[in-house]
Amino acid sequence: MGSGPEKIKGSTSASSGKNVLRALVVDDSKFHRVLQTALLRFFKVETTAAENGKEAVDLFRSGSNFDIVLMDKEMPVMDGPEATRTLRSMGVDAKIVGITANASSESKAEFMEAGIDDFLLKPLTADNVASLLENMGKN
Amino acid sequence: MEVSRLQRRFFKIFGGVDGKGFLDAQFTELQHLQDENNPNFVSEVVSLFFEDSERLLNELSRTLDQQIVDFRKVDAHVHQLKGSSASIGAQRVKNVCLAFRSCCDENNLEGCLGCLQQVRQECYLVKNKLDALFRLEQQILAAGGAVPIMSKD
Repeated sequence: MGSGPEKIKGSTSASSGKNVLRALVVDDSKFHRVLQTALLRFFKVETTAAENGKEAVDLFRSGSNFDIVLMDKEMPVMDGPEATRTLRSMGVDAKIVGITANASSESKAEFMEAGIDDFLLKPLTADNVASLLENMGKN
Repeated sequence: MEVSRLQRRFFKIFGGVDGKGFLDAQFTELQHLQDENNPNFVSEVVSLFFEDSERLLNELSRTLDQQIVDFRKVDAHVHQLKGSSASIGAQRVKNVCLAFRSCCDENNLEGCLGCLQQVRQECYLVKNKLDALFRLEQQILAAGGAVPIMSKD
């Protein structure tokens, strides 16, 4: 075995050879999964959805790669902060954006400490998704 | 002529005198996400919202009916309802949820029960409003017209 966690890079290559962003939406609410998926697909982002943090971690463990993860905070089985910590300890370097309806600084701080790169409040809008994707493009 | 009349009715229900603040700009965001690849997106999301909200309202009712009320649990449910109502633009539902959360913070059972009744009523009203909008959409399309998309401004 190697000396540390395998670096798992987010992938930008689809089988067509085109550069396509791949996103993972993680939320226990089907309502929010459908909504966020539609927003991302509006911007031509290939999107997969998971119902909780454990499913998200399992997807990465099985070899799936994503450039961006929209991670809900409060979820059963495995919540957003725990899933984020787990993914970072696995060497996942995809951009993880914490999503919550709770605007408190404590909530944000907990999520940031877990290793997210950015933080958005629900409800997501086309404008804030566009800014997010634009910042990814610049980086 | 028929199409124009139906479209005027649509505007009236959506945001004019009849609107009375039931739906805010977030609903317009949803309309903008609907296209030929996803033609039923708005009605799908709205259906999911009402499924979710019914489940949450039943949970709230059960939780508030306990001998010893767990206000943290009540708050968690209201928090979810607030998030999803904001996401579809149901602003009156969202506003009641804000008041509801204040009552939870104060462990105010009577206040919570009042808010529960109010939020049920607001969900019922916005559902009726949306049902009327969707029926009108079908009539507009059947008459050969285009469904008005509201400006986001």
